[in-house]
Formats: sequence, structure tokens, C-alpha cells
Amino acid sequence: MFQATPRDIRNVRVERRVRLVFLAMTVMLIIPVMIVLALLVVRGAPVLTPEFLFEFPTNGMTAGGIFPALLGTILLVTVALVASVPLGVAAAVYLSEYARDNWLTRLINLAIINLAGVPSIVHALFGVGAFVLFFGFGTSILSASLTLAIMTLPVVIVSTREALQAVPHAFREACWSLGATRSQTIRKIVLPNAVSGILTGVILEVSRTAGETAPIMFTGAAFFLPFLPESVFDQTMALSLHLFVISTQVPGVPEEFPFGVALLLIIIVLAMNALSIAFRIYLRGRKKW
Amino acid sequence: MVENVLEVRDLNIAYGDKRALTNASFDVRANEIFGIIGPANSGKTSFLRAVTRMNEFTTAMLVTGRIAFLGKDVADWRNAYALRRRVGVVFPLPVGLPLTVYDNVALAPRLAGVRRRADLDVVVERCLRRAALWDEVKDRLDTLGSLLSGGQQQRLTIARALSQDPVLLLLDEFSIAVDPVTTMRIEDVIRELKSELTIVLVTNLVQQARRLADRTAFFLNGEVVEVGATEPLFEGNVSDSRTDDYINGRFG
Repeated sequence: MFQATPRDIRNVRVERRVRLVFLAMTVMLIIPVMIVLALLVVRGAPVLTPEFLFEFPTNGMTAGGIFPALLGTILLVTVALVASVPLGVAAAVYLSEYARDNWLTRLINLAIINLAGVPSIVHALFGVGAFVLFFGFGTSILSASLTLAIMTLPVVIVSTREALQAVPHAFREACWSLGATRSQTIRKIVLPNAVSGILTGVILEVSRTAGETAPIMFTGAAFFLPFLPESVFDQTMALSLHLFVISTQVPGVPEEFPFGVALLLIIIVLAMNALSIAFRIYLRGRKKW
Repeated sequence: MVENVLEVRDLNIAYGDKRALTNASFDVRANEIFGIIGPANSGKTSFLRAVTRMNEFTTAMLVTGRIAFLGKDVADWRNAYALRRRVGVVFPLPVGLPLTVYDNVALAPRLAGVRRRADLDVVVERCLRRAALWDEVKDRLDTLGSLLSGGQQQRLTIARALSQDPVLLLLDEFSIAVDPVTTMRIEDVIRELKSELTIVLVTNLVQQARRLADRTAFFLNGEVVEVGATEPLFEGNVSDSRTDDYINGRFG
């Protein structure tokens, strides 16, 4: 009765093969990432000295450091966050907590999805038209950051909305039945419990913003600047554009420099992701339902 | 004191095309426990939602007819938040908000603007005592409410519902997620509360209605089949045979 039939044996064999195929696919997926990382670490790590991080480029960017670009990226990301997080969170709160399901809401949702799908070079041209020319901010940190902010708004909105909707509806009902208004409920119950999700979205946005090149190259990032920006109306250098420039535009750059810059970019992004995971674990430890 | 805390007249509730409650008319008297029994989908919960105008948060829910609370149509309460503050609600599954035990109970007073710690302390202790939870949680008021056991959480929600000094307490199948011993403790709490306020008890356990309710209504598929004093109903003194069938477990 418990004898394995030929069919059972065949099933087991097929099962084993299927598993191997999927495993192979997964391994193949990891290999390129591993190679890229290994290459960057091996060739880029020696470049990343304190002098490289905190000195100006010299000799037409063929020597010296990358401090203006590093600082520029930090500035661009910060200003972009200041612009997009309040806007995105507010929009998500409206969509999740207030909006009724009507044509306007559906239109807004459609717009958000489409905004996420627009190529970054198109955002760049929009930034030139809107911020550089129409608003007259010129090519500046402000223009570049606002362009980045617009580009990453969908990320903030979608992740915030998902975080808000992950808060059980019963919490809202319980709070309403205590005589709370919608805004009181949002402030006391919904937002505090959605913070970890919102932060995750924000940090993902940071890592994406830090790496983008196209949207900033016409709107505020400079090829080379011998001085640091003094206000948001100045231009700045940025890591991503700097990497592009020293890899393709400038002759005589030491071969290891681009590897160092690329490694630094990846470290920033990975550090941001690690931060978001740590944050989530910390916040999850505090909330339980 | 108004004699009828709730007066329901020709109440209709519908979700889109689907009717949840049809032509309901009955009264809930002051300081009684009013039981509502009936199988799932009878409109029991919909009725409770309509009392506190929670339909305002559910787009598709349409309420017509009249529910007078303390003699005044709930639709005429200019301030729905004030209305909800006078009515405590306990949901079927204990909703321990992800706040500390203390903050759970202090939430409603705080929403109403109470700020002084001493005032809040008084409210929290009194409500937890009335919900028979104080002795179990008095040493850990700052742990998360959602970490309490199911039965404790349900008493916590009762304490929370009491924290706004309601005139009326709506209990929606409170024992669904609670063990029998805790259920008995909560039932004792409810009996004690009767002297101070009016209670509407929706329950899926007919025997619970018999144990607690002074009068009982039987809802079936959105129809109020019968309203009457509890004991006669359970002794078979019914005007509609379906009530008898349901009470004795012949259907439902």
C-alpha cells in the first residue's frame, strides 16, 4: 500500500530537476552582481583614501579628490527630500484616508503610475523647461533637486500609501468610535504606525536620487567647479555626473578613479538600504499587533 | 432621564442595492440590557454602525429612517463627534490600539482635550476598574495594549469605551474571540454596568442573551422579527415561530 509507484518515483525525479533549474536561475542572477561588486571593491577600494574623499580635483580632474561631487550629491539629495517628502506624504494621506473612489481619484492614480514610468531624460527636459527657464531658478541645485523630487514623487506616494493601508482598518474604526475626527485618527493612530513603511520609501528614494544622472545634468550639475556651492542657486558637482565625466569625457584620468567613485556611490546606496532595514527592525520591535 | 435611550423608527440600511436592514422599529429603554440575536448577515452590526453614524465613513452605506438618541434624531446631532463620545462601542475582535494600556484608555479623554496627568490618571484607573482589568494591569500600564491576552484586550476595549463616560454602550459580539471564563467575567462586568448606563448587546450566542438581556430583539435577514422581554421569548412565548426555531437551534 505504501509502495512507491513508478509515477511517484518519476515525480520525485522531476521535482528534483525543477528545483535545480530554479536554483540555477537564482545563482545566475546573483553572479553579475557579485562580479560587479568584487571588481569595484578590488579596484576601487585602494582609491578611497581620506584625501580622495575630502580634497578638490586637480590637474583637470586627473588627480586630487572628489569632495565637491560628494558634497554636491548630499546637497542634491537633501534638497530633493525636503521638497518631495512633505508633498508625497500629504498626497498619499489624502489618497489613502480621504479620497473617495471616483473618476478624479482614478485619474490621479493613473497619473502617479505614469509619472513613475516616465524616462529620466524626459524629467530632465521638463526640469529645464519648468525650473531653469520658467521659474527662473537657472541651472542650480534648486532646479536639479526639484527635478529629482518630481521624478521620485511616485516612489514616495506609492510606498507611503501602501504603508498607510497596511494599518488595520479596525484601528481607524476604533478611533473614530471614540469621537476622533479623521485628522485626529491620522495623527494619533495611522501615521505613527505607518512610519516605518514611509521611511523605507523615503530611503529607497534617497538611493535612487543619489544615483540619477540625466535629470541633473542639464538642470544644475556641473562638469567641473573649482569651488563649493554657497546657496541653492549655485551649481554643484555630483558623484553620478562626475563618474560619467571622468569615465568618458576627460583624457588622462587614472584608470582606478572611476572605480573608486562607483564604489563610493554603491556604498552610499547600500548604506541607505541598510539604514532602512535597521530602521524597520527597530520600529517593528516597538510595534506589535 | 429620558425613558427611551434609543427610539428606532422605520430604519432602512442598504449597501448599494443590498438591503441590510428593513423597516426596523423598536425602542431601547434606559438602564436596560437590550439583546440583539440573529444569524450572520441579519443587519445587527449595520444597526450599531448607524447609531453612531459610522456610515459616514463607509461610502456605500445608506441609512434612511429615524434613530433618536436621547430623544434627538442622530442625523440632527450637529456634531457627530459629540454623539460618538456619548456612545461607547466594543468591536467583535478586540482592537487593542498599538498604544500602551494607559494611552489606550486615555485616548478618548485626550481627544476631548483633557491634558492634566492627574485627571487622566483618575479616568484610567476608574475605567480599568469598571472593566475588571485594573488588578491585572495596574503594574504594567506602560506595556503595549496589543500585547495583552485576547480576553484582557477585550476588557481593555471596554475600559476604553467607558473612558468617555458614555450614556449608551454598544457591544458587538464581544465574546467571539474570548475564552468562556473570561466571557463570564465580562458578563459580570456588563451586569454591574447596567446600573449606570444602557447597553445594547449584539450576540451570536442566544444563551448569552438569555443570561444578560432584559429584552431581546431577533433580527433575521434584515428584518426585525420580534422584540420582547427575554424570559418569555425563551420560554416559547413568541409571536413568530421563526424566533422559537432560532432560539432552540433548529436553524441559523
